This record gives sequence, structure tokens and C-alpha cells, in this order.
Amino acid sequence: MELLIFYAFCVGAVVSALLMVTTKRPVRAAMSLVATMSFLAGLYALLNAHLIAVLQLIVYAGAIMVLFLFVIMLLNIEEKEGKLAKNVFFIQLAGTVVVGILMVAMVVVMNKIGAPVAGAAVDETFGTTKAVGWMLFTKYLLPFEIASVLLLAAIVGAVILAKRRIDNSKA
Amino acid sequence: MEQVMSSISLSAIAPELVLVACGLIVLMIQAVFGSRFRDSFAYVSLLGIGGAAFLVLTSPGAFESKIVEYSFCDMWVVDNFSRFFKLIFLIGTGLTLLISLRYLDNEAMQHSEYYALMLLCTVGMMVMASAAELITIFLGVELMSISLYALAGYTRSRMMSNEAAIKYFILGSFASGFLIYGIALIYGTTGTSQIPAIARYLAQAGAGAAVLVMGMALLIIGFGFKTASVPFHMWAPDVYEGAPAPVTGFMSAGPKAAAFAAFVRIFMEALPTLQTDWIMVIWLIAVLTMTVGNIIALVQENIKRMLAYSSIAHAGYVLVAFLAAGELGLTSILYYMLAYTFMNIGAFAVITMLAGAGETRVKVEDYRGVGYKHPVAALAMSLFLFSLAGIPPTGGFMGKFYIFSAAVKQGYIWLAIIGVLNSVVSVYYYLRVTVAMYMQAPEKDEDVPAASALSPALVVAIFISAYGVLSLGLFPSTYVAMVKESFLSFL
Repeated sequence: MELLIFYAFCVGAVVSALLMVTTKRPVRAAMSLVATMSFLAGLYALLNAHLIAVLQLIVYAGAIMVLFLFVIMLLNIEEKEGKLAKNVFFIQLAGTVVVGILMVAMVVVMNKIGAPVAGAAVDETFGTTKAVGWMLFTKYLLPFEIASVLLLAAIVGAVILAKRRIDNSKA
Repeated sequence: MEQVMSSISLSAIAPELVLVACGLIVLMIQAVFGSRFRDSFAYVSLLGIGGAAFLVLTSPGAFESKIVEYSFCDMWVVDNFSRFFKLIFLIGTGLTLLISLRYLDNEAMQHSEYYALMLLCTVGMMVMASAAELITIFLGVELMSISLYALAGYTRSRMMSNEAAIKYFILGSFASGFLIYGIALIYGTTGTSQIPAIARYLAQAGAGAAVLVMGMALLIIGFGFKTASVPFHMWAPDVYEGAPAPVTGFMSAGPKAAAFAAFVRIFMEALPTLQTDWIMVIWLIAVLTMTVGNIIALVQENIKRMLAYSSIAHAGYVLVAFLAAGELGLTSILYYMLAYTFMNIGAFAVITMLAGAGETRVKVEDYRGVGYKHPVAALAMSLFLFSLAGIPPTGGFMGKFYIFSAAVKQGYIWLAIIGVLNSVVSVYYYLRVTVAMYMQAPEKDEDVPAASALSPALVVAIFISAYGVLSLGLFPSTYVAMVKESFLSFL
């Protein structure tokens, strides 16, 4: 049963990812990305990583994608095929070849590595919201606080790059 | 070696706390008073830098004993190695703040965000030097990088600056991806992200797993990017050229040292069992980095771009020391990073001074006649360039001497020969600037750039840098004693 759900989510994620890159309409692409994110969230939930699953839904499928849609609406992109370059065929060919080589390389490497290293035994609660919260505020307290400083730096950086210029010439 | 175990220890992170607090204070001053007290931003920041340096120096056992103090559930380690690097970062940031004062006035960009980002960036570097756990190191890397992305694009009105920020941001985020993937693979193999625990696991289980080697390779790519080593150096010239001159100086000293600090700690402490796997790779990277950096620098006309390639080449020299490892190699890394901070920021101080509004005077040919119009600055610039080229009696010479002698002692004779040849090549482009300053006359007298960003603070910065370069070259023994106390205290 679990395996069935797993495959369903996998197929869903791959198909919607394909839809996202092949569709010509930006809104459709964005919605496909939402679907991909949601399927991924399902995969996380299957892996017992409840918190990540919920965060994936709220942050990626929710907040960030809404932002995407807003930008698309604000930019008012016309829904017609954009001409990217002249040699579309060659670009597509090159892309296929490169991805093909990468895939072959990956398969070869995977075969060489062989069976994965024996996974360490994990706790029943590993990855659940409670366990993650507990870890964040005990063992990982310091990294957690550093992350808050990191966010502050990111906000300050975004503000200084994007806000309207205030006149600060020699007053 | 004794180990003191404790959990939450505010004294262990006191220098970082002071810097974060100062960053917040500076932001609040602007938020509450507008730009009325904008001259105070720099002084508050410098006060914070001084306070942090004081706390680093006076923390118990600093540079006296080899006590390694772990805190925050083994996430954080305070030892002489991290203290030494923190001092390098603080010196770099302090000098940069002194340089930027008048520059920001000239560009009409005297905002508190500049100082806050500088301080937060320094905190990020200090986290990289002091973290004993991979995720914490990664957070440090990101804190440092994100602040740098914004600082690189700080002069928003200049297209070059925008380009630098975007390029740095996209490529840097990409490199961070490699780093975090490498960390994930190492965690997946060893079941822990704590550096001492990884070392214990690998000592027991041996290091055969291919996934582990892949993780290590990804870490090399990530840190190779952050240290601007060939072939991961593509971003450096454009970013260095486009970023505001004081930020370029800052970027090439502190963050590079921070990347090396984390690099050394992870590879020497957590992954020493993989040494046979990384030696060839790093050997190749070191040779490429030195050679490509120096050869491309030969043909640069823009002095900031030239110093970008020179900075790539210097990363190559440090990688030679990294390969030599052991006591000699690691002490020479510490020594070299200190010397490099002084000489490179010193050179950028002079560049900032002469760059003019909007940084229009940054070509080598703009330096014609500077030797007569600004004799002191030209003298200082020559000193810094001689030091970068590795000519005695400067700190750069002693640093290279230590690195290459460490390489020879460890049997990397060819590497040392390539390194010395490279530094001979580098003399050409460093001397070109000196020749322009003293031996070439500009077409018109007005063509000599004015010292537009000259300020008492900048003069102080140049003098401190010159003092650092000279004393590292003339009295190396005092520094070597300190470095010896710091090098491998974590092994």
C-alpha cells in the first residue's frame, strides 16, 4: 500500500515537473510547479518527515508560489510563444545530449557504488515535528540562532538593494 | 590536550554577540534618528570590532595553552586556531571600515546598512572559524555570502556593481548547493555532522565508501568556489571589478581566510583518513590556481581586475600550504593569511583613495605620475605590491618562504618549484603599477588622479597595513610564536 502511494506521488511529481517546463503559459507552468511541490510534500510525509512535508506545503507550494503568480500577473506576460533564440532545434538537441550523458554517467556511478551504506538505525520519532522541535531548541540551539541572524542579513541586504533611494547626499 | 565540555556558554560566543549587537544598534540609529547621526555608524561599528577583538584576545587561555573548549552541545569550539582566524577577520573588517568612511560620503551612500552588513558578514566568518559541526559551518558560509552579495551591489547606481551582485549571487548560491549536498552525503555515510564525531567514525570504520568520497569532492567544489580557486574562479574577476573598491578589498581578505579556516578544519580534523583521495585533486587545483591566476593577471589593464587574478593566484599558494599540511603547512597558512590581509587591504586602501567619484580611475595607466603627486600613498602602494609579489623584507616574502619550505619538507618539490616560478611571473604585473607611478608621466598634469577619498581614517588604515606588512617581514619570530600556538590545536 505504502509502495503504491509512493509510486503515485513519484509519477505525479515527474509528470507535473514535465508539464511545468513544456507548457508555454506562465500561469500553467506556475501551477504545475505547485503540483510538483505538493507531490514532493507527500513523499516527505511518507518518509516520516512530517515537519518538512508541512513546511513544503506552506512555504513552497503556498507562500513562494503565490509570490510567483503575483509577479506573473504584475508583469502581464502575453500568453504566446516567446522566441528565445534562432536555433531552437540545436539548443534542444544539445540539451538532450547533455542530459543524456549525465544520466548515463549517473547510472554508471550508481552501479559502481553498489548497495548504499548500511543506514544507521533511526529512532521511531525521527523527523516528526516534535522531535525536530526538540532538537532545534536543545542540541541545535546555536545553529538555530545563527539562522535568525542569517535571515536578518538577508532582509537588510534585500532592503538596501531594492528600496527607493533616499537622498543622502551631503545634507 | 584537555577538553572542557559545557553546553550553553555565552562567553564562548561573546565576540560574535558583540558584533551582532553593534550591527543592530547601527541599524536602529538610522531607523530612529534618520541620517542625522550618520557619522556615528562607522564609530559604533569600529567600537564593536575593537570590543570583539578584545574579547577574543582576553578569553581564558588565549594563545597560551592548547585548551580546546567545546560548547553548545559540541556545536561550537573555541581554540587558538579559531581565535587566530577571528583576529584576521576583525583586522580585515576594521581596516575596511576605516577605508570606506570617506568613500561612502563621496558616493552619497553613507547608510547604516553598509556597516550592519559588514558586521554580520564578519560574524558569518567567525562562525565558520569556530563551528565544530557541518551545518553550523554552512550557516556561517551563508551568513557571510549573503552579506557579501548585497555589499557587492551596494553602489546601486553603477551598472558594474549590479552585475557583480547578480553574478555573485547566482554563482554563489549554486556553489552553496554543492556544499550542502556534500554535507548531506557525509552525514548520510557517517550518521553525524559533528566534526570530531565524523573523525571518530572514520577512524573506526575506515574510509572506503564511495558516497563519502563523493561528499568530499562536493565539499572541495564548494570551498574551491568560496576561495576562488581554478576552475571555480570564474566569478571572481567580474565581482572584484564591479564591487565598490573597499568591499573588494574586504572580500579578497576575510572571506577567503574564512573559507580556508573551514576547509582546513573539515579536511584536517574530520576527513584526514581520506587524505590519499584528495591529494591529487588539490595538487592539480593548486597548480592550476597559481598558474592561471598569474598568467591572466599579466594582461589586465584594470587594477581591480588585476588584483582579482592576483587574489586567485594567492589562493593557489595557500593551497600549496594546505597540501603540505602538518605543523609547517598549517602554520604557514595562518601566517600567510595574516600577511595577505594587511597587504591586500592596504593596496585597496590606495586604490579607493585614488578611484575618484564613481570609480573612474582604476586603470593601471591612471597611476602614471602618482609617485610625484602623492608620494606617501605611492610609497605605501609600492610596499603592498612588493609584498604581494613576495619581495623581502615584507610579510608576503616571509609568508611565501614558509609555504614553499613547508612544501619542500613534505616532499612536494615540484609544487614548490611551480610556485616559485609563478611568483616570479607575478613580479611583472605588480611592478607594472610601480613603474607607472614613478617612471611614466601622464600626458597632462591634470590626468594624475586626485586623492578624492583621502581622510584621516584612510591614512590610519594605510599606516596600520604598512606596519603589519613590514613587521611581519622584519620580525617574523613574534608572529611565528603566536601562529605556532594556534595551528593544530584541534588535533
